[in-house]
Amino acid sequence: MKLVTGVIQPHRLDDVKSALEASGVRGMTVSEASGYGRQKGHTEVYRGAEYTVDLVPKVRIEILVGDEDAASIVDVVVNAAQTGKIGDGKVWTVPVDDIARVRTGEHGDSAL
Amino acid sequence: MELDTGVTAWMLTSASLVLLMTPGLALFYGGMVRGKSVLNMMMMSFGAMAVVGVIYVLWGWSMSYATGVGPEGYSLFANPFEQFGLGGGAIMDDAGEFVGEGLPVVVDVGFQATFAIITVALVSGAIADRVKFGTWMVFAGLFATLSYFPLSHMVWGGGLLSDAGPFVFGDAAPIDFAGGTVVHINAGIAALVLALIVGKRKGFGSEPMRPHNLPFVMLGAALLWFGWFGFNAGSAYGADGAAGLAWVNTTTATAAAIIGWLVTEKLRDGSATSLGAASGVVAGLVAITPAAGDVSPVGAIFVGLIAGALSAFAVGLKFKFGYDDSLDVVGIHLVAGLWGTLSLGFFATSTGLFYGGDFAQLGVQAVIALVAMIFAGVVTLVIGLVLKATMGWRISEEAEVSGIDLAVHSETAYETIAQGSVIKEVRS
Repeated sequence: MKLVTGVIQPHRLDDVKSALEASGVRGMTVSEASGYGRQKGHTEVYRGAEYTVDLVPKVRIEILVGDEDAASIVDVVVNAAQTGKIGDGKVWTVPVDDIARVRTGEHGDSAL
Repeated sequence: MELDTGVTAWMLTSASLVLLMTPGLALFYGGMVRGKSVLNMMMMSFGAMAVVGVIYVLWGWSMSYATGVGPEGYSLFANPFEQFGLGGGAIMDDAGEFVGEGLPVVVDVGFQATFAIITVALVSGAIADRVKFGTWMVFAGLFATLSYFPLSHMVWGGGLLSDAGPFVFGDAAPIDFAGGTVVHINAGIAALVLALIVGKRKGFGSEPMRPHNLPFVMLGAALLWFGWFGFNAGSAYGADGAAGLAWVNTTTATAAAIIGWLVTEKLRDGSATSLGAASGVVAGLVAITPAAGDVSPVGAIFVGLIAGALSAFAVGLKFKFGYDDSLDVVGIHLVAGLWGTLSLGFFATSTGLFYGGDFAQLGVQAVIALVAMIFAGVVTLVIGLVLKATMGWRISEEAEVSGIDLAVHSETAYETIAQGSVIKEVRS
């Protein structure tokens, strides 16, 4: 089992969500995040005083998948989130030891 | 007394409009501070309403408009005891009839009280996020009593800075239609002095202190503009053409000031901002205040345009000189107030330079602005230092960092989702 995590541009969330649903993903967790990569922050000006804002708004999307699906789900997220500009974000996978479904107490693949 | 119902109705409306400016100011200021101190910022305005609203009827009116203390034309304040509590025939004669020619004096009391309230509230923007609420409340009473009431007597009550005083050069008598000196120069210089006495916020100049809610700021500016119709058009003391001229000049100058501010920041910073538009509104309103009844609408365009551009530059001074006038009371109220007062020397249709006058009016205006600045500056310095030595101004550094709302008022303005799930009722 793997956890696929993507940090993406907020305005791409709807497309990513639809693409994941179309590819058979049944659940996900979405949270607001802030951060920066190569695009760094941006500058805001209030009454002539400049503020450099390092952290820009992002959306973090997390999906638990079986080992065999991980690579294709990553591609789905990447394709749907891509605009080609700096700041599009990153997607990564990490192995997951165990998953439990709270409602039934099932463990492992059957809890996916 | 023959009652003029038209004038009386308009003055009651004007008083109500001006009262609305202070909650409007609370929004204007509240949106500009960080989310952790918005309640305290708004409370300083409401606190001013509480304190000044009470003392105005006790001795405020009497100190402003009863008999001046000292030689005629040279008085700095009127006798606070003569009409204490609006007695002494201030509003009612022995027969129990309301006094006043056309307009009952008691209506004027209400109108004037709202001016005193907003003047005190204006000062609070300079010391945002960091002062004890109790000290502020005491300051509000002392500043109104020792600076506002005397200045309103000097300018409008037949005192030193009125046309009965010594500063009348030929045809040129002091002009302050609705409070350029009494309200804006007074509040602006007090703001500068207090910002210096109280000191900077922790992190001023190094940590970001972004306005947390710009829609509040714009709503506040809109309410100020609306209320200012009472301020300026009400100061005509009539439901007539003079009030109409003040209304039109107020709107024209304010519109021009938005343009002045936005063009300045577009050229300098690259963007026309909403905070700039809201600030331009206030700069224009401030500048036209002393001039609203004495310039032409075209003159008002220039008064406003220059006010917007001047203040857009002036708000940067605090970084250059290192004083933390948090919400730019100096940059907007002092600078635009000074400009508006001086602008009459150029644009007054009676005696201004551009209307065939000589330098006399400009000289008169400069003198009354200077006297008002020195008077209010010295008075505020004394009050500020006395309060510093007795009650103290600053809250603790931890309280300032964690947020004055929670530390001083035991409240927070905003609930996050995470907070909501851990808050439980602990007592009923």
